[in-house]
Amino acid sequence: MGSVTFFLLATALVVSALTVVVHPNPVKSAMALVATLFLLAVEFVFLGAHMIAALQVIVYAGAIMVLFLFVIMLLNLSDEEAEARRRGRALFRIGAWIGGGVLAAELAALFLRVPFPAPAAPPAGYGGAESVATALFVDYALPFELTSILLLIAVIGTVVLAQRRAS
Amino acid sequence: MLDQYLGVIITFGFAAVIVGIMCGASMILGVHHPGPVKQQVFECGNPPTGPARGRFSVRFYLVAILFIVFDVEVVFLYPWAIVFRRLGVPGLVEMVVFIGVLAAGLAYVWKKGALAWD
Amino acid sequence: MWADAAIAAVKSLVMLLLALNLTVLLLWVERKGSALIQDRIGANRANIFGGILPFNLGIVNTLIADPIKMFTKEDVIPAGADKLLHFFGPFLAVFPVLVTFAAVPFGDVLVIGGREINLQVAELNVGILYVLAMSGLSVYGVVLGGWATNSRWSLLGAIRGSAQMISYEIAMGLGLIGAILVFGTLDLQAIARAQGATIWGVIPAWGIIYQPLGFLIFLVAGIAETKRVPFDLPEGESELTSGYFTEYSGSKQATYMMSDFAEIVVVSALATTLFFGAWQVPYLARDGFHFPGGFALALPQVVVVVMQVASFVLKVLILCCFQILVRWSLPRYRYDQLMDLGWKTLLPLALANVLITAIVIVLAG
Repeated sequence: MGSVTFFLLATALVVSALTVVVHPNPVKSAMALVATLFLLAVEFVFLGAHMIAALQVIVYAGAIMVLFLFVIMLLNLSDEEAEARRRGRALFRIGAWIGGGVLAAELAALFLRVPFPAPAAPPAGYGGAESVATALFVDYALPFELTSILLLIAVIGTVVLAQRRAS
Repeated sequence: MLDQYLGVIITFGFAAVIVGIMCGASMILGVHHPGPVKQQVFECGNPPTGPARGRFSVRFYLVAILFIVFDVEVVFLYPWAIVFRRLGVPGLVEMVVFIGVLAAGLAYVWKKGALAWD
Repeated sequence: MWADAAIAAVKSLVMLLLALNLTVLLLWVERKGSALIQDRIGANRANIFGGILPFNLGIVNTLIADPIKMFTKEDVIPAGADKLLHFFGPFLAVFPVLVTFAAVPFGDVLVIGGREINLQVAELNVGILYVLAMSGLSVYGVVLGGWATNSRWSLLGAIRGSAQMISYEIAMGLGLIGAILVFGTLDLQAIARAQGATIWGVIPAWGIIYQPLGFLIFLVAGIAETKRVPFDLPEGESELTSGYFTEYSGSKQATYMMSDFAEIVVVSALATTLFFGAWQVPYLARDGFHFPGGFALALPQVVVVVMQVASFVLKVLILCCFQILVRWSLPRYRYDQLMDLGWKTLLPLALANVLITAIVIVLAG
């Protein structure tokens, strides 16, 4: 039962991820990405990582994708403009197809050649809120503090960029 | 392990059916008499002019970025709040530093007037 | 397996019907309540109890006639609109809100035939995060509704609405951190059970006693999330006609209207669970009442469960009515005031609340 649901989910995940790439409408692309990130969270649930699943939805599907949509709407490229940007990029397209093809071939080779061992049973409480918290605040306290600096830099960078535009 | 999510999956199913019926009811039950005037977008009676999807203020974009930064901060607070009693004073110090740095960020944004709407 | 699934399905249906009925009931409370506040009669057209009661309750209007009217109206989609996204706008405004109820406990355990049934659709150990994650997704309902219709009022309303929702989402999340600090868990049923204790044997240990400021922050942010007066700028009918659902009609528009009320119910349910003792009745344990002073009253288990569920529904209803009272009492904020309240008042207050709570917990040991 577990593997059937997994493959159903994985198929949906791949389909929505492909939709992100191939759909011509940017807003629909973004919504497909929301679906992809949500399905990824469901996969985390299957791995027993409940905390990560919830945070995945809150941060990626709920916060970062809102920014993506804002940017799409902020630019609001009209169809003519978008078409003009797309034209004359045949070389890029061919390059992208070749690059994507090579990556897909590599992945396929990897899956066919490398044996996947059966996963060991996770320890009790794995992926729950407590284990994540212990790892974060006891084992990796310094990286956690450094995250705040990273976030601070993001805040300052945003303000500087926005204010330069405004003036 | 997945037993606890059984209820969630079932609720998703029920909710999708209920909301789907609610959204689609008019498409099936309602009449359909489309017309050029009826299908015009509403602009207080005048025919709409210009493209509807104009560009808008950079401030909204700023709010979205600030939202992400502080959302990530809040996300760190949830696991911290659960194990806080076990962490004790070191946990408090860790979080005071973390919140302090981000409060400095908030103060900077405030001071720079990025939160001011005119 | 199948027995579990059947029980889960029954619980899920009960919870969803409870939520939907509360939502529809609120529509009636809103109509008649606002009429009462403004000294009008309110909805009074369709009436079947007119001959029996000395006054017109207007129940038929709101509960039966209005939905039928809305559902059989024409579904007008503007010429430049994207049909698929036009459908998903209202869908995504209500669906994420409804599914949050899966994690909200509406009673303790019910024992039927030796089988213990936990009165909560899904026992999630990350319950609060699940509720916040799902309700956070309803912002797409607003954004898509505004973008899909190719109308400038809709788009402006959608931008305003989404910026407002994300701004207050932070204060809402931070307002809950204090309560999580106190209870030390994200499991909503565990939080509900913890509130069955008493302080000094007399005061019920409800969250509001420990977290008055947290509750206030959560409630204000929650009301802002519902996008109703005094925070109704995304709709602002004097400027944007109807905001993000200007171009909606028939049942889709009804769905959008319902999303506001569904959000009110969610905010009230979450506030009840975290701050007002969830389904707890003061001094009521599984085997009956245990009043302070040693007086006890044994009750059959079914009676206890019924009282618990009734207590939960009653508390939620009171908080809902309070929000409707707020909506009909206060004038609308200006957009800069709205953003100031969110970022410059609630956010620092919530951060301070978290730190103060943490310090008090450390000092208290």
